[in-house]
Amino acid sequence: MIKVRIPTPLRRLTEGQGEVNIEGDSITALIDTLETQFPGIKERLCDEEGAVRRFVNIYVNEEDIRFHQGLNTPVKQGDEVSIIPAIAGG
Amino acid sequence: MAFTDEQLQRYSRQILLKEVGGKGQKKIADARVFLIGAGGLGSPSALYLASAGVGTLGIIDDDVVDLSNLQRQVLHSTKTINHPKVDSAEATISKMNPDVKVIKHVGRLNASNILDIIKDYDYILDGSDNFPTRFLVNDAAFFLKKTLISGSIFRFEGQLTTLKPHFTDEGPVPCYRCLYPEPPPPGLVPSCQEAGVLGVLAGTIGILQAAEALKEILGIGESLAGRLLIYDALDMSFRRVKVPKNPNCLLCGPSPTIKELLDYEISCTLPPPGSNTNNTPSA
Repeated sequence: MIKVRIPTPLRRLTEGQGEVNIEGDSITALIDTLETQFPGIKERLCDEEGAVRRFVNIYVNEEDIRFHQGLNTPVKQGDEVSIIPAIAGG
Repeated sequence: MAFTDEQLQRYSRQILLKEVGGKGQKKIADARVFLIGAGGLGSPSALYLASAGVGTLGIIDDDVVDLSNLQRQVLHSTKTINHPKVDSAEATISKMNPDVKVIKHVGRLNASNILDIIKDYDYILDGSDNFPTRFLVNDAAFFLKKTLISGSIFRFEGQLTTLKPHFTDEGPVPCYRCLYPEPPPPGLVPSCQEAGVLGVLAGTIGILQAAEALKEILGIGESLAGRLLIYDALDMSFRRVKVPKNPNCLLCGPSPTIKELLDYEISCTLPPPGSNTNNTPSA
């Protein structure tokens, strides 16, 4: 199981859960599983071409997937994935 | 200028710290810090920077104090409702520490005024409440080589990072666009006004911004540059993730396409029907 941290703005879609544990061997696989469990979440993360939106970052542990293999970045047992969208409140 | 006995007493608890001392206190007194917004984040930042003895605090805000601000904007009070926030801020700061020179700017930052307004400051604390300002401030700070300490809040969650791409001594350092290349289209991300925010969250992040600013002024400790701190008040977790410099950053990369300031559309609410804004389709 991979632990995925859900940011506050998306918790409406995860029934308030801030953390979900799901199976998957890559970020793409995890997003697809998330979408199955929580319909609507994928379009908040990815644009129409399927790329991660430019104001949303996804990290495997401390690493931004944009600087690794993007959506193909592999994940393994024990990894923690964080979804971090830009927020602007002050 | 030497410190008076009163000043030595006022700042004694931090002068006692060997990392500060008289020399450090002088650096704090000489520092010029610019606060964007006298709201949820700017209030605690301003109070702690002023109490620490920061010599010059510039503050910009275009708003007046509203009753609904007082749950988190601790610079203001019931008595200053309907007063310009910068006036209310100045009054609170001078009462607490008359050593601090407050420079007030009433208005909003835009591509034509920002460079002139921030050029005389050393450090900028972004506590604004919208994406267009955040991208504008990042770009202006980059062009003028100013250190930017960016804090933002949303409901129970806060983010903090220090941006100083002009510091290259210890390797490449990112700007805000390395972290988030573009703002979301208006309306996709609700503002605090619409979403609500826990007042103490603003306090936590604003004070952390002040802490980063003091570290930058004093040149001590490990900067948050190259890292993003994420605070979740609900599970009381602080997490840090890496923010590498984007080698293809459109602003601070080697082949920039952003060579001048851009005004993104300011909108805190849903865009009018049929409008197509800023590159990314709405979800």
